[in-house]
Amino acid sequence: MSAQVGGNAAFFDQLRRYYTWYTIAFVVFVLALALLEQAHLSRTWIGYIFLFATITLYAGIGIMSRTADVAEYYVAGRRVPALFNGMATAADWMSAASFIGMAGALYQQGYDGLSYIMGWTGGYCLVAFLIAPYLRKFGQFTIPDFLGARYGGNTARFIGLCVAILCSFVYVVAQIYGVGLITTRLTGVDFGVGIFLGLAGILVCSFLGGMRAVTWTQVAQYIVLVLAYLIPVIWLSIKVTHLPLPPQIAYGEVLAQLSQREKALTTDPKEIQVRQIFAQRAESAKAKIDGLPGSWAESHDATQKKLEDLRAVHAPVAEIKAAERAVENYPKTPEDAARAWQGEVAANTARAAPPAPHAEPYFSANPDPVKAEAERAHKRLNFLALTFCLMFGTAALPHILMRFYTTPTVDEARRSVFWSIACIFVLYFTAPALAVLVKFDVYSTVVGKSFSDLPLWVAAWAKVDPRLMSIADINKDGIVQLAEIALGQDIVVLATPEIGGLPYVITGLVAAGGLAAALSTADGLLLTITNALSHDLYYKMINPNAGTQRRVTISKILLLFVALCAAWIAREAQAGILFMVAAAFSLAAAGFFSPLVLGIFWKRANKYGAVASMIVGVSVAFYYMATTQPWLRDVFGVTAPIASSMWFGIEPISAGVFGLPAAALTLVVVSLLTPAPSAEVQAFVDYVRYPKVGIGEAEDLI
Amino acid sequence: MAIRPDIREHWRRSKRLTFELLAIWFIVSFVIPFFARALTPITFFGWPLPFYMAAQGALVVYVVIIGIYAARMRRLDRQFGLGEEGRG
Repeated sequence: MSAQVGGNAAFFDQLRRYYTWYTIAFVVFVLALALLEQAHLSRTWIGYIFLFATITLYAGIGIMSRTADVAEYYVAGRRVPALFNGMATAADWMSAASFIGMAGALYQQGYDGLSYIMGWTGGYCLVAFLIAPYLRKFGQFTIPDFLGARYGGNTARFIGLCVAILCSFVYVVAQIYGVGLITTRLTGVDFGVGIFLGLAGILVCSFLGGMRAVTWTQVAQYIVLVLAYLIPVIWLSIKVTHLPLPPQIAYGEVLAQLSQREKALTTDPKEIQVRQIFAQRAESAKAKIDGLPGSWAESHDATQKKLEDLRAVHAPVAEIKAAERAVENYPKTPEDAARAWQGEVAANTARAAPPAPHAEPYFSANPDPVKAEAERAHKRLNFLALTFCLMFGTAALPHILMRFYTTPTVDEARRSVFWSIACIFVLYFTAPALAVLVKFDVYSTVVGKSFSDLPLWVAAWAKVDPRLMSIADINKDGIVQLAEIALGQDIVVLATPEIGGLPYVITGLVAAGGLAAALSTADGLLLTITNALSHDLYYKMINPNAGTQRRVTISKILLLFVALCAAWIAREAQAGILFMVAAAFSLAAAGFFSPLVLGIFWKRANKYGAVASMIVGVSVAFYYMATTQPWLRDVFGVTAPIASSMWFGIEPISAGVFGLPAAALTLVVVSLLTPAPSAEVQAFVDYVRYPKVGIGEAEDLI
Repeated sequence: MAIRPDIREHWRRSKRLTFELLAIWFIVSFVIPFFARALTPITFFGWPLPFYMAAQGALVVYVVIIGIYAARMRRLDRQFGLGEEGRG
């Protein structure tokens, strides 16, 4: 064995050398671009160069690690050292949503948004203690492989592969959407073109080299995304705090100042004035809904008349254009009007609320103490439920679990979970600091300024996309009030470099980091789906005699097909994208967690229990989403009122909180009602539990 | 080292370690957030304690307990002759 030890150590050193040089080269590349920017290279060109340089880089690694060998293609030859597997898992894990959206969610929700931080890291405890080492000991290729072996036969494998495809596909659509969005931001191309450009970046890598190419590219992507996240935050932290401390330590002081500022803004008379204007707008939208269907025709005429009046008095072109748009976009039927006006009520009511204190858990502004208490209890319950779903979903998403097949040993798998969480930690530990720093900067340098004197970044982003940044003088006093600013989630990370006063090249770097995050996750997911189809469905169930070459070829063809399907849906179904990410977690938690964990920890679990539990878990979670989530309700034509479909007021995003216990209970009850698994299966469980022990050996030892 | 015959003890100990660490995980992830409002007056270096725990503290705890698990399991494996050759 010592030769192998030496080989592994040499391999590790070689990798470390490669990636060190790679990191240095990347930093030099960014510095070179910064110099070119000084020499007046245009922003569009910086965007193009970042996009093409990084995609070419990933493609280069993909081509260098191309392979047709089965073990290399599916599990990267099972020789990925723990540290590098950790970095790859981290990149695989952190999606566009983590990278770009999370700090924004924390900005908007304060304490309540922290369930994402805890949920997406705490899940690794479950992976580490309950699943990863045992899967590595089992040592096959996919999650359905494990279900097939543990629950004897193709039924469990087939249901497992359906669940794996369902949750991975839902998730990959959201990633491809993210890739399209970032490509569009970076280069200004049309969204549809952006999606397919990004798709090319995804495919060169996973198509050519499978898991091997994806692993080595993901390590490279991790380095890009961590640099892109940390550099602007550190800079901003020094700018705001004037302390040479890491932002994660320095922001405590800023949080205290922010709380002071929030208190002042809550009682500021000008702020109250703006909030009242929004409250009135909400009232008038409500009145219009109550007046339906008559109000639909009335307000249609009023909109039309306003346009004619403006034309008659030769009002400024901008006003006439706005009035024309209002006429054009006017709801076509009273039903459409009801929906549109309900949206107006919600949006205006939200903006009429005072700022929620950032550090206060489960805040309620309701003046009625009984209602306020109920609102707080509701928020707390949903906070805990979401944390639960994100954690158990993490521990059940096949594209993450699959990564622990790639390490050389069980011990290495355990240490690899440690490196994964450590690599993810770097980014998640920073996100709460970033949210507080940006919030404080907005509250102190934008709020209270005159509209003629806004920081450059505000105007620049307001022009790019009003959904990201909108700012309007609602009470016409010429001064910015907090209530007059509406920020989109994504702006927080995207605008950080400019808020911190860094050159545009860093904005390009941040976008490249977001792209790396989305590409790496999409790669991992696509691979999971095609492995399930080519390995589990085709090779294990349809044609067990297929040669290795044929399996890899089939896998590559399927990959292309699945990727195109996902890209097409990402372009069409934009309304439900955000929800899809969360849905993937709930579905995975409900479908996989119980059969995997009980399969290892409870010998009595049998195939009937496992099959029933996967079906029940996914059905319960899916049923709950379909009856309570607005977009899915539309798709399935559910008409029963939402309030009566909700159980305990749990939001549809946390449907797994019902699916998972239902699945676990089903597994236990059905298993106890049916015969115990055979002696071979029991021996298999022992085989999985102990490192180094061969199959059947544990029995002989006793 | 040969595999020890009382290998079942290895499984018992690894289960016990798992449950102990999961208890810590549960307290940090669910118990503290449950009592978050009651704990808010307590501060930790300027942060309200529950905010700090959810934003930073919990993450540190997760990394540490996963590290402890890897280290303790490796020692346990060796004690029972289940240690694997490989990069150390």
